[in-house]
Amino acid sequence: MTTDNQPTQVNEYEREPVPPKAHLGAGKFWGMYAGEHAAGTEFMIGPLFLAAGASIQDLIFGLLLGNIFAVLTWRYLVTPIAIGKRLTLYYQLERIAGGSLTKCYNVVNGVLFCFLAGAMITVSASAVGVPFNIHYTVPEATFGFGAPSFTGLVVVVGVIIAVVAAAGYQAVARVANIAAPWMIAIFAACGVVSLVQMEATSLAALSEGKYWSDAIAFVQEKEGVQAFPFWQIVAFAWLCNGAMHFGMADLSIFRFARSASSGWAPSIGMFLGHYMGWICAALLLAAQIKLSQDHSANPGALAWGALGWTGIICVVIAGWTTANPTIYRAGLAFQGVMPTCSRKTMTLVAGAVATVAGAFPNLSAQLLGFVGTYGTILGPMGAIVFVDYYLMKKIGLRDDYAVRVGSSVNLAALVAWLLPVSIGLYLIFAKGIFAAYAVIPAWLACGVIYLALSKLTQKPVPA
Amino acid sequence: MKNLAKIISFLALAASLVPSLLYFTGTIDHDAVKWTALAGTIIWFISTPLWAGQCEIADTSAN
Repeated sequence: MTTDNQPTQVNEYEREPVPPKAHLGAGKFWGMYAGEHAAGTEFMIGPLFLAAGASIQDLIFGLLLGNIFAVLTWRYLVTPIAIGKRLTLYYQLERIAGGSLTKCYNVVNGVLFCFLAGAMITVSASAVGVPFNIHYTVPEATFGFGAPSFTGLVVVVGVIIAVVAAAGYQAVARVANIAAPWMIAIFAACGVVSLVQMEATSLAALSEGKYWSDAIAFVQEKEGVQAFPFWQIVAFAWLCNGAMHFGMADLSIFRFARSASSGWAPSIGMFLGHYMGWICAALLLAAQIKLSQDHSANPGALAWGALGWTGIICVVIAGWTTANPTIYRAGLAFQGVMPTCSRKTMTLVAGAVATVAGAFPNLSAQLLGFVGTYGTILGPMGAIVFVDYYLMKKIGLRDDYAVRVGSSVNLAALVAWLLPVSIGLYLIFAKGIFAAYAVIPAWLACGVIYLALSKLTQKPVPA
Repeated sequence: MKNLAKIISFLALAASLVPSLLYFTGTIDHDAVKWTALAGTIIWFISTPLWAGQCEIADTSAN
């Protein structure tokens, strides 16, 4: 019998190094990152900076610096390990931390990815709903549904996204490749149109920045005075994808890279999506405030106001091309828990969970805090991979320790992960620190603890 | 055929972005921007799949 499992596992190389014949050129990664980070969520994140009172100067320079840091992290932290081992993050963790611990991590990882993808499905549905007069409204309860028509729309969008993601990495990369240049053009067009709508069409008006300060004044009059200073912008831009780079989730992507130069590919996503895209999305809200004194950040409505149907299509596709790889990653994570199931089946499961999450609009409204929190939870495991790859042999310890001793739980990895994450979550939820600030301290602490505990607990094993 | 599709794609991309710049300079109005961008979008998604995103990753799916 030809099962769905066998060819899928071979094609996607979930439990073996990607062989040279399957390596991909850099262009595929540039296309994928352009699509993934010029995303529907940029339409939600951009307006935050405006709503939080960031100055236009801090935004321009803070995002620039934070995005440079993010690109360098992908290139010099993730890519060397990815092309050195050519294994998924999940399979590497299984070898280092043990099967049971990795299963636990995979469940957490997959569920968090599903919630992220769910937010993107919500954003896409908000855009689809505009021409049909189906409104995106955020209920007070975290797990409250929106209007029944909106919930139905979320289900339709979620099913389409999940099916495409289940078709595999090839389909994901192809959709992103095709849409990416167009999406970036539309993001730019949205920003330019917004400037005209605010009558900022001269160099003097642009440099004066009254269009920006007027919008901030309006929001702060309604919502109260807030601050979003330079270094907070830097931290957010750097660490909003902390799970992907510090957390090494993108090992699963870059293991296909033919050369390390593919590690520069995230720069197109950062500087077009997380730089130009965020600024343009913020300008959309500023224009909406000027035109209609409405400061609600409904992604679909914002894009509709600037470019009509094209804006709607852009939000839908931007959400789609971001949700696709996120669901793909979640599918890989779930398959790590149940390796006998096909990646395709697990991707559909992930898509179903994401669709359910997307049906709760309040989850997407809390996206900003969630992004930093999930970086804090997932990021530290990347430090364990880093220490295992670079340091263990150098100090006379064994790499891939769990697989060598046949352990299902590497105690050193368990403690090294849970301790800093627990402290980080306490600081975020009990003390109210900005979630992105916890990512790097937790990552560093995890690496140091893992190294120290390994030194104390590792027993001699044959080579 | 692929070269023709590429040219059409690039023209479609230009049709999606350039009208906003013409709007910025006051050459055209907002409605013209919306409709030109929509036409560019439709043409882009018809022509681009004919030449983009096919070659190298197809090798992987054949394994």
